[in-house]
Amino acid sequence: MSKNSHNKLFQTIFGSIAHGVISFVDLFLGSIQKLIGIKGVPYLFVLPNLLIFGLFILYPMLLNFVYAFTGGSAFFPDNRPYVGTRNFERLFACENFLVPNSCTEDLFWRAVQNTVVYVIAQVTILVLFALITALILNRKIKWRGFFRSVFFYPCLLSPIVVGLIWQWILQDKGLLNGILIGLGMSRMPFLTAATWARFWVIMVSVWASMGFYTLILLAGLQSIPSDLYEAASIDGASNWKAFSNITMPLLMPTMTVVIVLSLIRAVQVFEIIFAFTGGGPGTATMYLVQFIYNYGFTSPNKQFGVAAAASLLMAAVLIVLTLAQMAARREEVY
Amino acid sequence: MNPVLEFLTRRRGRKKLNFSDFLSYAYLLLGVLIMFGPIVWLILSSFKTPIEIARFPPRIFPYRQQTIELEGFDDPLQLFKVTFDDGSTRELAQVRRVGIEAQMIDPDMPDEIIRVNIAEREPIEEIHIGLSNYIEGVRGFNFGTYLWNSTFVTITATLLTLLVNSMAAFALAKYKFPGQQTIFMTMIATLMVPLSVVLVPIFLVITRVGWNNNFLGIIVPVAATPTGVFLLRQYMLTIPNELMDAARIDGASEWRIYAQIILPLAKPALAVLAIFSVMWRWNDFLWPLIVMSRPEYFTLQVGLAAFQGEFSVDWNLILAMTVLSILPITVVFAILQRYITTGIATTGLK
Repeated sequence: MSKNSHNKLFQTIFGSIAHGVISFVDLFLGSIQKLIGIKGVPYLFVLPNLLIFGLFILYPMLLNFVYAFTGGSAFFPDNRPYVGTRNFERLFACENFLVPNSCTEDLFWRAVQNTVVYVIAQVTILVLFALITALILNRKIKWRGFFRSVFFYPCLLSPIVVGLIWQWILQDKGLLNGILIGLGMSRMPFLTAATWARFWVIMVSVWASMGFYTLILLAGLQSIPSDLYEAASIDGASNWKAFSNITMPLLMPTMTVVIVLSLIRAVQVFEIIFAFTGGGPGTATMYLVQFIYNYGFTSPNKQFGVAAAASLLMAAVLIVLTLAQMAARREEVY
Repeated sequence: MNPVLEFLTRRRGRKKLNFSDFLSYAYLLLGVLIMFGPIVWLILSSFKTPIEIARFPPRIFPYRQQTIELEGFDDPLQLFKVTFDDGSTRELAQVRRVGIEAQMIDPDMPDEIIRVNIAEREPIEEIHIGLSNYIEGVRGFNFGTYLWNSTFVTITATLLTLLVNSMAAFALAKYKFPGQQTIFMTMIATLMVPLSVVLVPIFLVITRVGWNNNFLGIIVPVAATPTGVFLLRQYMLTIPNELMDAARIDGASEWRIYAQIILPLAKPALAVLAIFSVMWRWNDFLWPLIVMSRPEYFTLQVGLAAFQGEFSVDWNLILAMTVLSILPITVVFAILQRYITTGIATTGLK
């Protein structure tokens, strides 16, 4: 049999199975429709989604409040006594917010500090490189599809794999130290010195997510009508003029989306760090989500209340960023 | 004007290759090196013997010492290049080593034993792509189980995601009903609030439902993705309502309209969501980490992290297992890369 008739046979079989399933479900749903009328049908269709969404997204979000305002080490909310805002007070019990050691929950403030520095540095570097790459890919380039895929490929890798690969490269006896020795320099404590570890955490997360933002920016650049540039060049505008007066303003909505999206994801950084530095050395690369994870799941006396209070504070930040994102999207659409 | 700015602000549409084109290609090639280099290094390293893995500074390619099988010896003998005092060199096989002295023989004259100071011999090496790391790793790692778990979870979760989200998107796009706006806005509002901020309560819900160490626990909860509903709804809004009205006149039920008219027409959007869902589920880590505590339920990612914890010194095995875990998604990407990259560019989500 030729490949074509194989395909046809396959399609016929597959088609009749699908048809059978649809008809079978139709017997069931068709009679429900007769029962509830056409006005009830949309509720039937959103029901599965709403059930899952309600049980596993909305309900946990509300439960988080219960945890945040109750104390003790019990896991089930019924056994947890109400403590008011004590968990929050505990988090904010600080003599000087800039000196984590003066706080009751010194690890929380260390995590906050680490996260703030990480978010600012990571987003800046990320957006800068993504923009440069997108601008270059938007030029008349051979093999654009290939380069685009190469820059995107690391985005496909799981955070665990990314962490492992870079740990392998940056470890004391790794490739990079080998190259340094080859160049006549001495080894660097890439993962064992706090400053180096922080630096590499930023660079590795940029490596792993840059391609995604490059694609979005590239799409934004390509949606700019080319006759604008033609008109500009007839008017004798320089490349820089065209860039600052056409490209940048028209790319701004996309830029805003990219910046906000990358901010939201930077605040939540966890999985890459888990496999890459594990938060170390010491607490140098411990960020907020890891603090929450450690308090809720790994520390010997589990402080669910404190973990939940910290996650509510983080959620507040994220909601502000999300609203900014929605505003930006609206701007992009209209 | 600043040449760097000049270079970056250039656009498509010119004919001659000039300096700024040269800079562009240089940047892109450097990009290829930085983006792909680590992967290539991972793959090369995964073939190395434990001795080569521990070697510093490392060599690029996986080398192995050449060996020779000789009559009268059970194991293959290692080959060395020996430099004698007079400056001549010979290839000899080592029989045994005693202190700083090695007892060696010439493979052509196996009867005569030559004693050599070990400082005078150098191993003869060849590039060798050996699979022993992979074989040993798969044995200690349960790769088969994890691969099956990951594949099963990815496929079923994706099918469920497509079904559940497309049904909700259909209702939200094609009907007007009280509560519609509320439902849509609630979903959009939670679009960006991540799993990570509700870790503890979500663990409670999973425990109450009894889905710890149960595949349902990592398949069902992730199926109702707000992003998926949003993406599909936006696409379905562009499908004309006249088609539905015509089918209704023919007596089709709303379910038939959904399954036989709307779904086939929404194929492009469904394909994009399917690609995303496969990427999400294959790489999921935090959720399976919380839900699964028994190794027989681990997915590849959780298994890999556990493997790293357990064999933290055996880098040769960890690297081989990492390569195996990225193989399936890499093959899928190589086949579908055009759809994936344009899909992301047009919908802007991940």
